Amino acid sequence: MANNTLNKNVKIGLEIHCQLTNLNTKLFCSCSADYRGKPSNTHLCPVCLGIPGSLPVGNKDAVKDAILVALALESKIMNRLVFFRKNYFYPDMPKNFQISQYDKAGGVPIAIGGHVTIQAGNRKKKVEITRIQIEEDPAKLLHQGSIDISPYTLVDYNRAGIALLEIVTEPCLKSPKEARIFLQKLRAILEHLGVSDGKLEGAMRCDANISHIGGDRVEIKNISSFKEVERALTFEIVRQKSLLSRGIKIKMETRHWDDVRKLTISLRTKEKEQDYRYFPELDIVPITILKEEIEKLRRKMPELPDARWTRFMEKYKLPTYDAGVLTNNKALGDFFEECVKIYPYPKKVSNWIMTDLQRWLHEKNVEISKSKITPQALVSMIRLIDKGIISGKIAKRVLPELIITGKSPEEIVEEQQLLRISSRREIEKLADKVLENNPQAVKDALVDEKAVHYLVGQLMKLSKGKADPQLSNEIMKEKLKSFLNK
Amino acid sequence: MQTLPKRIKGFSNRLKSFEVNHMKKPHSLSAKEIIEKVRGGELKAEDCVLSIFNRIEEVEGRIHAYVTLTKELALQKARKIDAKVKNGEVLGRLPGVCIALKDNLCTEGILTSCSSRILDGFIPPYNATVVNLLLKEDAIIIGKTNMDEFAMGSSTETSYFGATKNPWDSSRVPGGSSGGSAAAVSAEEAVLALGSDTGGSVRCPASFCSIVGLKPTYGLVSRYGLIAYANSLDQIGPLSRNVYDCALLLNVLASYDPKDNTSIRVPSQDYTQFLVDDISDLKIGIPKEFFGEGIDERVSKIIWESIYTLEKLGATYEELSLPTLRYTLATYYLIAMSEASSNLARYDGIRYGYSIDYDSKNWNEVYSKNRRIGFGSEVKRRIILGTYALSTGYYEEYYLKALKVRTLIRDDFNKAFKKFDVLVGPTMPIPPFKIGEKITDPLSLYLTDLLTVPVNLIGSPAISVPCGFVDDMPIGMQIISPALREDLLLKVAHIHEQNNKFKDYAPKL
Amino acid sequence: MEKVSKKITKKEVEHIAWLAKIELTEDEKNLFTEQFNSILEYFQVIDEVATDKVLPSFHAVDLTGVLREDIVEPSLSREKALANASKKDKGFFKSPKIF
Ligand SMILES: [Zn+2]
Repeated sequence: MANNTLNKNVKIGLEIHCQLTNLNTKLFCSCSADYRGKPSNTHLCPVCLGIPGSLPVGNKDAVKDAILVALALESKIMNRLVFFRKNYFYPDMPKNFQISQYDKAGGVPIAIGGHVTIQAGNRKKKVEITRIQIEEDPAKLLHQGSIDISPYTLVDYNRAGIALLEIVTEPCLKSPKEARIFLQKLRAILEHLGVSDGKLEGAMRCDANISHIGGDRVEIKNISSFKEVERALTFEIVRQKSLLSRGIKIKMETRHWDDVRKLTISLRTKEKEQDYRYFPELDIVPITILKEEIEKLRRKMPELPDARWTRFMEKYKLPTYDAGVLTNNKALGDFFEECVKIYPYPKKVSNWIMTDLQRWLHEKNVEISKSKITPQALVSMIRLIDKGIISGKIAKRVLPELIITGKSPEEIVEEQQLLRISSRREIEKLADKVLENNPQAVKDALVDEKAVHYLVGQLMKLSKGKADPQLSNEIMKEKLKSFLNK
Repeated sequence: MQTLPKRIKGFSNRLKSFEVNHMKKPHSLSAKEIIEKVRGGELKAEDCVLSIFNRIEEVEGRIHAYVTLTKELALQKARKIDAKVKNGEVLGRLPGVCIALKDNLCTEGILTSCSSRILDGFIPPYNATVVNLLLKEDAIIIGKTNMDEFAMGSSTETSYFGATKNPWDSSRVPGGSSGGSAAAVSAEEAVLALGSDTGGSVRCPASFCSIVGLKPTYGLVSRYGLIAYANSLDQIGPLSRNVYDCALLLNVLASYDPKDNTSIRVPSQDYTQFLVDDISDLKIGIPKEFFGEGIDERVSKIIWESIYTLEKLGATYEELSLPTLRYTLATYYLIAMSEASSNLARYDGIRYGYSIDYDSKNWNEVYSKNRRIGFGSEVKRRIILGTYALSTGYYEEYYLKALKVRTLIRDDFNKAFKKFDVLVGPTMPIPPFKIGEKITDPLSLYLTDLLTVPVNLIGSPAISVPCGFVDDMPIGMQIISPALREDLLLKVAHIHEQNNKFKDYAPKL
Repeated sequence: MEKVSKKITKKEVEHIAWLAKIELTEDEKNLFTEQFNSILEYFQVIDEVATDKVLPSFHAVDLTGVLREDIVEPSLSREKALANASKKDKGFFKSPKIF
């Protein structure tokens, strides 16, 4: 997609919802927050099921998490914690209002302002944060087939009441790609803080608003993973662009990202306007956030991606780009550092991670922390190369096996008989076969030094890459010499 | 002892004889007497329950105080208490005392309806904190009482299950919204009862039924498990036939609850210790507005007689003006309706309560139909008006404005409390009215809350005590104190009670 | 100061009832519009109070907020959680369709 041509007139703002996955319990009740993979409707109490008479009590650690995030994004932390009710009806809402925060009508979010610095192309860009607020997650709805034809809706309230952080950006992003880069960076920050684990399904979701100059704002809801954001935004920009080119004005509306069909659909089934009627949640007494509390948390702040980036460059002497990639993903950075602990050649490790490992993870669509490769395995593999037991080429074949099976490189080499062939006799046999099968090339080689390479290549191919390249080269040259002498 | 005013001469036949006190059936005993007798082994808890249920069988048909009775559970609990007595085990603080609960208090395994169709069949999976506190103290829960639907009303006429009747005159309302609880206590169908008071819902029926009703300080009693009407105003309160019993029940109810964020951490105390016969230093304020426009003169006159009694007993009084009282009703209704519109949003018929059969209908249609059929007119009116008051363009004008006026009302009272220990006036501006008399004109019904809503807005406690009759119908006096001064209220109420005979009058049933 | 009387229209009542998810009959719409106007007219008494410099009171008494420790407590059994549901299906609440 020709993103660049679209960029000029487009403004994108994001509203990110991150579950605080490091918490044991939900935001306003003591039900376990560890709901993934659990039977439906088993993590419920009167509070999170909206049973009449129940009352919410805030989770201390959720507030700590929010403060940590605010500190990391350099936001201004407000001195009062106040919750508001956002009133609207929907089948995923246990109370038909959501306990959230609000920046108007006497409300304050936990923090305002702040920014995230991203690497946009070869320059740095500050993405401005509008506000950060704490709120509760709604339930999960299951439809029979597509949402618009499902004859009923199954509701699992286990997710209802999980603590969410809503992070809102200014409409300052210029392209879907920039949005993706920003989200990746934000995710890295949250993961370094240890508050939200982006690899968990649905832990990070996103709504986006997009506008072209001269057009109204269009909101896109239900982008269920960061990966989908770029795609959804690109689709929407193209859609708007095409409307504009036909002289059709873009109206303010909310659209739904259909991640099965990969397109946005209008949610304006009714022409009536929603009105959230925000007002204070009086069941929760406002709390003063003490400066000392904030300072205590500030002192406990873990290393963040940018600081880690600098450290990787200084300590491991990595190039800027490598250090950037490795620290833009917490798990990748951790993996790298684990490797370096047992194998002190950072650049070598980084090369493997940056190229083949990343490519394979991407290809298999798996997060490094979810893949089976361990730092020990990668290091063992590099050591096999160092010792000349396998070639670099063979290693490239071993690596995906490490990712998929979790076996040690030695095991894989053994099983698939990938050991390097370094016996002179065996290579001579292979060379003879190559010479026999390529009479023309032999003739060429006798006059042209360069054709020798071709023959060596054929030998390598015949050995499935296992032949020692150095030795193969030597032997091939010897053989050709003997031809000449004949 | 004060001589009875002439106007209640006709009630002499209703005056219970002191001489036959020792022969009283258990349902007629005070909580204090029951506790003493059960502890002493003179009275079995089981007999208390049987006596209460006999009484219920006898009079309930004419009163309709209850919506659910739990005789079997009550008997089980009674037998456990009796076994404890037999085995010499430690008893709770309310052994054998039969208590009725307003049907907006969640009771695990027992239907809880708020007298609304929308909660049809709802059985809570948990107990309200106050219910657990009562059970722990060996009180016996005998049933759930009728109320105005979702506590919205002052007459118990908006109940889906039909009106409760005033035990003093079955053609009249018992007051509301805790009308079932008050009627049950008044008619000796319960020894004690719990109500909830958002704008007078404990004090109004206490006044109309000639019993004692206390609205504690906001936060003194846990609201966990109280089904919300207006959560910044709601408070659970005790109803009893005498002040001592009220104090006994408050002893159990007043307890910090970590499950209720608005719960106040106060050391638990024995409120009966404040029931002393000395009010010599007491300064009483009489707000002029409590005797002004809209107040029945006959009511005013009776209240003044009580004030004179208190004066004779050593208190001093002085009139004062609370100019913001003029705004309290509007302020109260705007706040209460706004909060209610949100609190009652959860009733959509899916997780609990009434629902139409919803095959082939979408959620919006199902919700809207369930709420049309499930809610009565008054509830709908308040939800819709509250939604309006919170909606864009009206939030500042109505809801926020009301909250600001609330600040001024509180300031007004705080100023008064600098000068006076308590404020005294009528609980209700008029005597109990006829069933059906006001129900068709919502505003006229709202106006009856004029004198009870101020304390809910300011969070203060207030008590209503019997203080006479107009045309054979009970009148209650309201005593108001600063926040957390329940001790003062109980003291004044007690000394007032000790110096007249009203607590010894019972309705003729 | 001249006070302009605010009136709620039947159309507004319809919209608010839609927000509140309460279906109303024509008769109810008419009756409520009339009743709301008389109630709102009564409420307008607070317009005469000057509140420019007054802070709103959300709670009337001074309360101290508390947060809870992040410690798991047992949840309801699934059976209990679903016990009051209008319709259920294989451990789920069965809610009406969306469209
Ligand atoms: Zn829960």
